Amino acid sequence: MPVEVHDHDPGAVELTILGSALLAAALLCALYAAGAGVYGGHTGDRRWTASARRAVYAMAGLLTTAVVLLEIAFVRNDFHFALVADHSSTTTPTFYKLTAMWSSQEGSLLLWAWVLSLASSGVLFITRRRHREIVPWATAILAALGSFFIGLMIFKAQPFAHLDPAPAEGVGLTPLLRNPYMAVHPPMLYSGYVLWSIPFAFCIGALIARKLDASWIRTTRNFALVAWTFLGIGLLLGSRWSYEELGWGGYWGWDPVENAALMPWLIGTAFLHSVMVQEKRGMLKVWNVSLISATFTLCLLGTFLVRSGVLESIHAFGASTVGGPLLVLIGVVAVGSTVLIVTRLEQLRPERRIESLASRESIFLVNNLLLVGLAVVIFWGTFFPLISEFFTGEKHSLAAPWFNRYVTPIGVLLVLFTGLGPLFAWGRLSGGAARRLLVWPGIATAVTIAVLLAVSDAGSHLWALFVFAFAAFTLVALLGEFWRAGSTRHALTGEAYPRALATAVGRNRRRYGGFVVHAGIALTLIGIAASSSFQTNRDLRLQVGQTAKVGDYDIAYRKITADPENERISFAAQLDVTRDGKHVTTLNPARNYYPTQDPTAGAIGRYFMGESTSEVGLKTAAGGDLWTAFQPDLSSLNPAIIRGNRQLADLPPQAQGFAILALVQHYLDDPRPANFRVIVNPLVGWIWIGALIALAGAVMAAWPALESRRRLEAAYRARLGKELGTAGPPA
Amino acid sequence: MDPSRKRKIRLVVALSAAVLLAAGLVYTSFSASSEAKEPSQLVNANPNQTYELTGDVVPGSIHHSGDQLDFRISDRDGSHPIPVSYTGTVPDPFRDGREVIVTGKLQDGTFVGERDSLITKCPSKFTTTTPGQSS
Repeated sequence: MPVEVHDHDPGAVELTILGSALLAAALLCALYAAGAGVYGGHTGDRRWTASARRAVYAMAGLLTTAVVLLEIAFVRNDFHFALVADHSSTTTPTFYKLTAMWSSQEGSLLLWAWVLSLASSGVLFITRRRHREIVPWATAILAALGSFFIGLMIFKAQPFAHLDPAPAEGVGLTPLLRNPYMAVHPPMLYSGYVLWSIPFAFCIGALIARKLDASWIRTTRNFALVAWTFLGIGLLLGSRWSYEELGWGGYWGWDPVENAALMPWLIGTAFLHSVMVQEKRGMLKVWNVSLISATFTLCLLGTFLVRSGVLESIHAFGASTVGGPLLVLIGVVAVGSTVLIVTRLEQLRPERRIESLASRESIFLVNNLLLVGLAVVIFWGTFFPLISEFFTGEKHSLAAPWFNRYVTPIGVLLVLFTGLGPLFAWGRLSGGAARRLLVWPGIATAVTIAVLLAVSDAGSHLWALFVFAFAAFTLVALLGEFWRAGSTRHALTGEAYPRALATAVGRNRRRYGGFVVHAGIALTLIGIAASSSFQTNRDLRLQVGQTAKVGDYDIAYRKITADPENERISFAAQLDVTRDGKHVTTLNPARNYYPTQDPTAGAIGRYFMGESTSEVGLKTAAGGDLWTAFQPDLSSLNPAIIRGNRQLADLPPQAQGFAILALVQHYLDDPRPANFRVIVNPLVGWIWIGALIALAGAVMAAWPALESRRRLEAAYRARLGKELGTAGPPA
Repeated sequence: MDPSRKRKIRLVVALSAAVLLAAGLVYTSFSASSEAKEPSQLVNANPNQTYELTGDVVPGSIHHSGDQLDFRISDRDGSHPIPVSYTGTVPDPFRDGREVIVTGKLQDGTFVGERDSLITKCPSKFTTTTPGQSS
């Protein structure tokens, strides 16, 4: 392509300078806020604390402006911005121009700092008249984190680097990332990582100020829940992207970068449960401050793994400049929080002890140990290449079977505890109550096992059978909780049953939202167990007109079509799917070839040698998916491409376009056999359906209640508790 | 039994369980892992040992024959090319010059990959590219 160069445009270059200036101003605000917060905390002078808070607001304002400036540059195709030239192009669709910002390291850092500044402003606004001892220190921690990330952008990875003169066209966004899931996945994951810094900062503030009751937990509870939710959404979008876009058919591969996001999610899950024990019973204080410190350290470690390239991963994010500073930050956070916890052990003493094993707190403790154990296993496996290099001098790595061996049994136990936790009361559950609560879930478990053994080959997949049985236990236990909530209120107030249920659930959204999350997770785990144990997976090589049998399906390769567009050449196969002679569906898996900018590929070759992506042909149903991917064998085109590279190099682009159309037509007239991967994946869709249900539950639980309503609810709960004669209010 | 003694016993049981689990973890990880090697490090390879071969696909070396894919992998500096034969899924980004990881064994000078073990490193969103250069 002939490269024309835009005239020197001083106005546009100044925009990049404005961006850098915004970052510098934001850094000053952040540094000031950190200093003012420390001084305010030290002297107890509230004016300094308020001033620090306002500096955080200013930092948020400046970073917001910087983000808007960069996004406008992406939309306007302003290639004076090096970031725009490297990650976008005039032909990139507008939606992907907007999301291209975080496809770069620099843009990701900006996103990170921006989300941090917004979340910090939010939490500091909410707490502006509360927790006077903790807030100044929390402000300082948040501002220090902000300074770190803004500093990285100023000194290590500049999002506002400029190109002068600007190139006429940009590189464009990597085709693999042109997928709606991938557009939203990074900000979700980052928001999850970033939001964990809020409970972490308040925890550190509480440790420094030695105010170690549950107040820091109550204040940041919703932030923790939202962080957990975002991290979960990020994980699920990533897995869905892998399933639909990578032409592989899997959704999880125990890759280091995947593990890096899963570990803080697991520890965060443990944290969300154990803080309830501290709130209700005043126990597990050391455990809670340790868990939140570990969660946040793992978030930073995840970012480090993504950035530094120390581990072999399919997400090879190139060697980067920010690995060193990040490692220092991880060290400071890990050592600093450990020192603080050890020096405050006296204030972290539990207010009481666990009375009985048949209590919610001991169930939560076991669930915590399982989650932490799971994270430890994943941590060990992820870092094993470094561990083995340290001890043996050679890098050894562990593959999926090793992970599955440990994760499966722990995961199966966790399904059971997902159902047990909600059933048990705080303090102690009497034998009679336990029998009453466990009878229906127990029957459901037994029936599930009996039915599955009778009608399926689940007997040969014992772990999956356990998951189904325990998931049935959990779902029935949760249904029972909702039923009891409705009928208790119905009996007390005489309201109609549905209304009674809605009111009872609405009055304690945190509890019932949590139960909805549990139900969603149980469904997700059913999907994982079924699709990983009962999958049929075939690689086929078919000529047009041939048919193959996969599972119960007959797959007929009817024809191949091509769709040469401006941006890419797309080849698609038409597959007719029948079962027992009856037509089921027609699938059109496709493969898209994006042109490369690499001059060595040749004038014609560059249209075929660039990145290619899969569009899978997918038939989704409640019972399972039929998944197909297609890879045409274009090697018969090679002689013609080589000739074309020689003879057509000097032709104008339009004429080259005609040559490419002719080549594509030539291929369609006489296609070679194509490779297909066909997967019959039972119940796999429930992974994401369950996730959506869990998301709804999390929103329900985190939705802020008005202060006045909250007081009313507390009074109502106390009365209800008295009337029912139970010990203490329900969670 | 007095409660503090009971607690102590519980702690000892829990700790021993943790230690046992940790020992299992360490033992299985060393026996189940495969060594990461570049082609030049495979010269004295043990034919019975599984390796994880990493390197770049030698440009022009990719040939399909039926289900089998043959290509060569070299060290990242382009030296020591070694023939590889492989069957199974080929990831989307697989092509000339790309950095790949394949797990398998060395047999008579050819590295025979395990089915579906080929991994291509993503042409990542985070690698720096400038216009005119290939990513």
